[in-house]
Amino acid sequence: MIGVRSNLDAKGWNTEIMGSLKPKFWDYQDITSGPARRMFNFRRMWKLAFFLTTGVALVPLISMAMLDYKVTQDAIESEILLRTSRLVSNTQRTISYFMAERRSALDLVVHENTFEILTDHAHLSKIIQDLKETFGGFVDLGVIDPLGNQRNYIGPYSLLGKDYSNQAWFKEVVAHGVYISDVFLGFRHIPHMVIAVKHELSNGFFYVLRATLDTEKFNDMFSNLEIAGRGDAFIINYEGILQTPSRLHGNVLEKLSLPIPEPAPKTRVLEWKSADEVSLIIGYRYIAGTPFILMVVKQKEELMKPWYTTRMEVIGFLVISIIIILLVILSGATYLVNRVYLADQTRIMTLHEVEYSNKMASIGRLASGVAHEINNPLAIINEKAGLIKDLLTFKKDYTKDPRLIGLVDSVLSSVERCGRITKRLLGFARHMDVSIQSTKLDEIIHDVLGFLYKEAEYRSIEVSVKIPNDIPQLETDRGKLQQIFLNLINNAFAAMSDGGHLNITARREDKDFVSATITDNGCGIPDEDLERIFEPFFSTKTKKGGTGLGLSITYGLVKDVGGTISVQSEVEKGTSFTITLPLKMEQKEGSKT
Amino acid sequence: MKILLVDDEEELVSTLAERLSFREIDADWVTSCEDALKKVETEKYDIAVLDVKIPRISGIELGRRLKEKDPEMRFIFMTGHASDDDFRAGSAEVGADYYLVKPVNIELLIEKMKKVLED
Repeated sequence: MIGVRSNLDAKGWNTEIMGSLKPKFWDYQDITSGPARRMFNFRRMWKLAFFLTTGVALVPLISMAMLDYKVTQDAIESEILLRTSRLVSNTQRTISYFMAERRSALDLVVHENTFEILTDHAHLSKIIQDLKETFGGFVDLGVIDPLGNQRNYIGPYSLLGKDYSNQAWFKEVVAHGVYISDVFLGFRHIPHMVIAVKHELSNGFFYVLRATLDTEKFNDMFSNLEIAGRGDAFIINYEGILQTPSRLHGNVLEKLSLPIPEPAPKTRVLEWKSADEVSLIIGYRYIAGTPFILMVVKQKEELMKPWYTTRMEVIGFLVISIIIILLVILSGATYLVNRVYLADQTRIMTLHEVEYSNKMASIGRLASGVAHEINNPLAIINEKAGLIKDLLTFKKDYTKDPRLIGLVDSVLSSVERCGRITKRLLGFARHMDVSIQSTKLDEIIHDVLGFLYKEAEYRSIEVSVKIPNDIPQLETDRGKLQQIFLNLINNAFAAMSDGGHLNITARREDKDFVSATITDNGCGIPDEDLERIFEPFFSTKTKKGGTGLGLSITYGLVKDVGGTISVQSEVEKGTSFTITLPLKMEQKEGSKT
Repeated sequence: MKILLVDDEEELVSTLAERLSFREIDADWVTSCEDALKKVETEKYDIAVLDVKIPRISGIELGRRLKEKDPEMRFIFMTGHASDDDFRAGSAEVGADYYLVKPVNIELLIEKMKKVLED
């Protein structure tokens, strides 16, 4: 836990938000160089991860979507053509049947009745009556002899005796045996058509039965057709004149606004673009034996409407998928690279920590070696001086010269002082590699201050230590605690100018914890730095040779002994570090000693 | 009480022995392991004060051999080096009563000797 007393203003929060959006590794510059440098370019790593994953994820997705789009569109288009073609064929069959039915009826009439019967007015009346009842739409009926004279006529006009010999239809019926006319405006301006059949007897005599039909029945067939896509079905003749009314392309007997399709033996469907850029699906069929072309016209846009809706859904789905994939990849790549970055940071920190503890261990070894070497001659000086003193004290031969005793005492006290120094050095070295032991807080603090009291004296720094008596012994790692206090007191010394005050106090927090506070009246730490001081490599003293590791290592050491550290600071007033320590440190499995 | 002092520094042990004699403590001194082992053949000592670092064999080893010859003998070790883990483990095995860091205050040494014998 790092307790930080700091006021973040609104601007601070803004930078905070921006900072939290930008991953930490983004601006990281690796300080190492050489061939491994590229390995730690996290921005490059992120880009690689992001673009590679994006490519692998999106290329197949977009390709599949495009392929599916094309296939579906083609399928729908061909389905439209097929359906149009089927409609045209079916309608053509109906029309052919309709025409054949009426033609067959007339054929039956001429076959079943002799010329004599047909020229009988009453008989013909009866026949047309029957035809009207069974088929409907028959307007008139006439019988024409081989010379073209109308020999009998039942109908609204008085056409009896009319000579048709020069008319084109008569010549055609004589030549081909049957004639079906275009539609024309006949009686009461209702569209009509003519069907004529020829009956030839074995003796070469022939006669023609000619019927006029109104086309209402014919038109009914079209009006009953259900055609999708604002469709239209109608019949034109070879000149492009509408034979039946159309919904959009003109009325009956008007010229069709579309081009006349080229002749074909079967049903054909084609796509045609009108002048106003409207795409039309045109299906047509030349109806055999008639002068008619059946046409079905549909608007492509209308037919494609369901497809356009589906298309929008597909595109929308694709776009949303792409956005989600991008977001997932973005956060995934950022998260993973950040993890790598953090792992790398931990690695660097561990490396530095190892370096630091190695350095400390070397210093410890050196110190203990020196202390040991000094201790032996010191022991001899001690004994010799002791002997001199003993001689002066115990032997009567040597007069008790107080001056000599004084001199020897001074030698002995100097030896004792040297001994204290070497013992402290030895103690320091020893605690470097010893783990949990029972130790007193005030002893540790005095030990550490022992190294610094000369500096304090030179710089007139007043050090006050107030450790209450109720602080029990700690079961902890003495070496680590020593380093913690050494680092914190050293920092306090560095922050203070000459003549400063350093206060060290301790108190019992509860039955398991004690806390120690080190307060200086030095330069203080600005708010913006306060929350970062425990980060590795954060240093305001880099130019003065600081590594930026002191407090991060202290933080690590405090955590190692199971404690917490917090800081309060005010610029120009001073800083106060409080460490809370457990009375009994829990030994961690595999912890560094 | 009779004391055997063993340290390779003759200057140290001889002076220490002399100083102890001023305080009416009978102390013999030797500067090598061989001499120490020879000494116990003929004399009975209450306490051996041993330096941890003696040439050829260590103070601990010497302690062990002395104990074989005289199981009643008690030991106080002197060392110039306090960070030696092996020493602490070894001295516990031999049954060292105290270990003192050089330079040793003679009054402290006598105090410890008396304590050892009181036990």
